[in-house]
Amino acid sequence: MTTKFSEGVVAESKRNYIKKLALQGTRIDGRGFDEVRPIKIKTGFIKRADGSALVELGDTKVLVGVKIEPGEPFPDTPNMGIMTTNVELVPLASPTFEPGPPSEEAIELARVVDRGIRESHAIDLEKLVIEEGEKVWVVFIDMHVLDYHGNLFDACGIAALAALNDAIVPAERFEVGEDFKLPMNHYPVPVTFAKIGEWIVADPNLDEESIAKARLTVTTSEEGKINAMQKGLYGTFTYEEVKKVINRSLSIGQKVREQILGGADGEEN
Amino acid sequence: MMGMKSDIKLIDDNGLRIDGRLPNQLRPIKMEVGVVKRANGSAYIEWGGNKIMAAVYGPREAYPKHVQESDRAIIRARYNMAAFSVDERKRPGPDRRSVELSKVISEALTSVVFVEKFPRTAIDVYIEVLQADAGTRVAGITAASLALAHAGIPMRDLVVGCAAGKVDGVVVLDLNKEEDNFGEADVPMAILPRTGEIALLQMDGDLTYEELTNAMEMAMDAAREIYKMEIETLKSAYRGDDDDN
Repeated sequence: MTTKFSEGVVAESKRNYIKKLALQGTRIDGRGFDEVRPIKIKTGFIKRADGSALVELGDTKVLVGVKIEPGEPFPDTPNMGIMTTNVELVPLASPTFEPGPPSEEAIELARVVDRGIRESHAIDLEKLVIEEGEKVWVVFIDMHVLDYHGNLFDACGIAALAALNDAIVPAERFEVGEDFKLPMNHYPVPVTFAKIGEWIVADPNLDEESIAKARLTVTTSEEGKINAMQKGLYGTFTYEEVKKVINRSLSIGQKVREQILGGADGEEN
Repeated sequence: MMGMKSDIKLIDDNGLRIDGRLPNQLRPIKMEVGVVKRANGSAYIEWGGNKIMAAVYGPREAYPKHVQESDRAIIRARYNMAAFSVDERKRPGPDRRSVELSKVISEALTSVVFVEKFPRTAIDVYIEVLQADAGTRVAGITAASLALAHAGIPMRDLVVGCAAGKVDGVVVLDLNKEEDNFGEADVPMAILPRTGEIALLQMDGDLTYEELTNAMEMAMDAAREIYKMEIETLKSAYRGDDDDN
């Protein structure tokens, strides 16, 4: 309970200002309601990782490293590889992050990113078997938050996807064949919305996040399927609001996906 | 949804489910309040094979002091599964799943309680899953809401949970354990039935927009039915229908 996303009290004047801007259809940083902050993706940033991506979403910065190692499969899935996700909210990223075991915020973040990747079958885990029932590839997705300026759900989800798309399975290092690109089936992208007053904005920045009443993340695939949702905070949504948010996330997610896939081919986008 | 595959047929040729239910049919539900005498409020729910108890302590001074909020009560829900509640023994204590569920349940309950009436206090809500059969978080939040009402804590409404999902390509209400294990999607929700507001919403699986909205509507309709049971349970407790209340 020691780590809080919110920076605490946003001056009352700023709260009113953000709401006044919303009335005029704009936001504190000049964006439209569906406009995502600029995304910068640098893949291959960590040479010691098997896949990596440094992602900036506005001023929010997340580094994801993917490590792939042989391990034992789960007894109920002997012919599938394994994926695990973890988020570290390291104290250098925000005055409100504290060292120690993972906070509930970090756990929720990791699990929401995990659900999007797992449920869409983004990684082709069936191609990650070395010896059925004995040895499979284990994909560790570790997300390191380096600068917190709001909306870690999307920054982590984008960085995880870019890092996975960059990853090479290091078969040669473990002497089990030739290296190969981590096989991907799908490209799930989370889009997070914040409810401020009666307005709902995509990709909330830190100021917006700290006055938001409710939050909703919707992860969608390139096929237009919905793979994960997570509502958060103390407010509520109406059913009509949820339906609109899902539709907005489908179209915003598609644009973000194009940026991730476009940027992942080169060194930098 | 964990990528498991199975030859089990979850919907038969007559369109019935593995336990004989129709796609939009709930499992049997029984509820009761006042089951923990030491607590300020408590409730017990049996929902299909789920057996879940909830108890409320507070509002009471929040400790440690730094967790206090100067303008409201904090609600601390703790979702916990007994070691024997599932087939394979669960190691006691919080795991990542229960930490996440405790967080979203706490947030959902905060949306309904008049927390501003009790600054600097904590309202502790303990949810113990004694036997699990899928849908434990929505059954748990339903029991928690009954326990809060039983404790006399002022609320805007009751919170009612219900899940829907997809099995064998069919959108169905209130998944049981086999359906949850081998199905294609799960959408747990909790609503405030008076206004229709959505206080808890999660989803995992693979659904089209139409399937997802069907599932949400199914879950919300069922929640309104469960709401009637909640009200009846509270009324009968205060009428003294149950001799032990």
